[in-house]
Amino acid sequence: MNKIFLVIQREYLARVKKKSFLIATLITPLIFPAIMGVFVWIAVQEKENQSLRIIEVIDETNLFFMESSDQYAFTSSIKDPEEAKSLVIEGDRYGFLYIPKIDVANPKGIQFFSLDNPSMSLMSYLENAMKRKIEDQRLYEKGIDPQILKEIRTAVDIQSVTLVGEGEEKINDASVNYAIGFLTGILIYIFIFVYGNQIMQGVIEEKSSRIVEILVSSLKPFQLMLGKIVGIGAVGLTQFLIWVILIGALSSIVMGVLGMQMPQQQAMEMANPEFANAAPDTGELGEILAVINGIDFVSIVLSFLFYFLGGYLLYGALFAAIGSAVDAPSDAQQFMFPITIPLIVSYMGLFVFVLQDPNSTTSFWLSVIPLTSPIAMMGRISYGVPFWELALSMGLLVTGFLLTTWLAGKIYRIGILMHGTKPSYKILWKWIKASQ
Amino acid sequence: MLEINQLSKSYENHRALSEVSLQVPRAVIFGLLGPNGAGKTTLIRIINQIIEQDEGSVHLDGKVLSPDDIRKIGYLPEERGLYKKMKVWDQLIYFARLKGLDQHEAKNRVKSWLEKMDIYSWREKKIEDLSKGMAQKVQFISTCIHEPSLLILDEPFSGFDPVNAEVIKNEILELKSKGTTVILSTHRMESVELLCDQVAMINRSRKILDGTIREVKSKFRPEVFEIAMTNLSQNLPQEWTPRSDGDSWEFTLPLAGKTPNQLLTEMMEYGEVISFSEKIPTMEEIFIQQVKATSHE
Repeated sequence: MNKIFLVIQREYLARVKKKSFLIATLITPLIFPAIMGVFVWIAVQEKENQSLRIIEVIDETNLFFMESSDQYAFTSSIKDPEEAKSLVIEGDRYGFLYIPKIDVANPKGIQFFSLDNPSMSLMSYLENAMKRKIEDQRLYEKGIDPQILKEIRTAVDIQSVTLVGEGEEKINDASVNYAIGFLTGILIYIFIFVYGNQIMQGVIEEKSSRIVEILVSSLKPFQLMLGKIVGIGAVGLTQFLIWVILIGALSSIVMGVLGMQMPQQQAMEMANPEFANAAPDTGELGEILAVINGIDFVSIVLSFLFYFLGGYLLYGALFAAIGSAVDAPSDAQQFMFPITIPLIVSYMGLFVFVLQDPNSTTSFWLSVIPLTSPIAMMGRISYGVPFWELALSMGLLVTGFLLTTWLAGKIYRIGILMHGTKPSYKILWKWIKASQ
Repeated sequence: MLEINQLSKSYENHRALSEVSLQVPRAVIFGLLGPNGAGKTTLIRIINQIIEQDEGSVHLDGKVLSPDDIRKIGYLPEERGLYKKMKVWDQLIYFARLKGLDQHEAKNRVKSWLEKMDIYSWREKKIEDLSKGMAQKVQFISTCIHEPSLLILDEPFSGFDPVNAEVIKNEILELKSKGTTVILSTHRMESVELLCDQVAMINRSRKILDGTIREVKSKFRPEVFEIAMTNLSQNLPQEWTPRSDGDSWEFTLPLAGKTPNQLLTEMMEYGEVISFSEKIPTMEEIFIQQVKATSHE
């Protein structure tokens, strides 16, 4: 036991002391807010520096009145389309919207001329505006008063409430649950790959530099393997905890700053009409907070930690086994298959099945089978999982990593001393069966 | 001290050791000789408990080898390896502690060894920043740091320049004088002659000979004498083919059933014998001859 601890300590310190660890740990949580910040900043800058774009409108139907915005001004001073086109070419107008005499029941032939490709937001703005006008016109023709039309336009927002036991209610929101499942699932996926690879590289380093020969004359190969897996796992956990703390601190700072500068959000909405449609009205902010308050963060964090570690241990042992079997990282590719396939299956399954319908049969199996459960189950946790399913999934995961560790130990102890042989699956199988 | 009885080990498609028995007494330097692939590494790995034998037993100090004995054994593998990115100091402490020394003891030993080997000032350097010879010194220290009573050195001199090889040689001799048993596995016969008290030779998984250097040499002396003479008479027997060496003539003659005295008496009839000595084979000659002989069986 004492020797395993020494190995854990070495593996941990050797990595944590590296400058690259410090940099990656500190920079990563800054990258996302930084990218977001840069985007917002650019959007705001662009907004401020934008010159008004003038769009010439020729409306032969005389039905449409285009409302000017901060970005676009609509004029209709000319009647001749050719003249309007030449104005665009000369640069006097940004664009020219041509509405020929159309049948409102079947509006066709509307054209927009400009020198460059108009942005998506402009096109959808134009389309939406005209669509509404045409709809209004048609309803009007059917004899409905425009005043009534205005009155019947309603926004609907269904609040989803989960009944928790007797008399207790929990407001929840599918999109928040989705976001949690999405984020935690992806994190585990990345974590397994990044740190699994570190295990493999570490094993290959010890094997190819023959340190392992000295090490195994001091302790059992299994102790060495376990120490390495646990040590590197501790590095990952450390990194994760630092991130949680950093992101927590950063987001409370950002929240504070954003709270004071709410108009910026409105600016964003103006710049993008579609976004404005989808954006929550101010009253919803409190609702989101209520949703966030309704989430059982303790159980999410605890199960995240469990699946985070369980998945890592399960795959970590396999990574160690592969590292022990090959002489160089380039040889490892052929054995990566059994690791990457279930990981990619669980990753795809997370999006295609689990997040779409957390309670479907496929989601159930994905979240119970140990190879896929660490990622798939995280997609379900925030929606609420029956206790027995969680217990089954966790139990199987523990069994799973004990099994892979045992299997990997058998390959490892022979593999690390083998040089010059190109192993195949057949040879690995022989090693597993060999009694030493 | 180390007793190996009828040790056998087979791998999947070949036999690495066949019924090898060895006795290695305390405080000797024991040469383990044999060509590549003879089974030396397998034998060493079994002693180190890295792998297990199929049959036979290994006794250390009269008891069957157990995992606790790891502390008593120091092993320098032929292929050297250290963590390149780790500092000299940290690395030696790590190896010392893996061998079971506590923190305090490990620090003291590492310090005194680094000073002894004259590399204390390099303790904060990473291995990748050291010269090869210096890294080898660190490796040697890592082998001896826990003061093992049995030291197994596989090609200890490879990678050393003559000056540092001398340092290591003296270190080995000093360890021996302190009672350490050293198993030296090497191809360099000159270091065998220089250092070893006893040898065993392994070829094709079998032990082909063992004993003290003197025993081995006398067993394999070819019964050939080298004679130098002056004032040579003209009517020499035909089969004698003298070589001229300035003033004198030299002969290499087999005894051919005679005693040395008879040969000498015979020689004296043909001139003035100025030297008469038995040709002692070098370990290298014995090695090559024996390997060839057993490989052609």
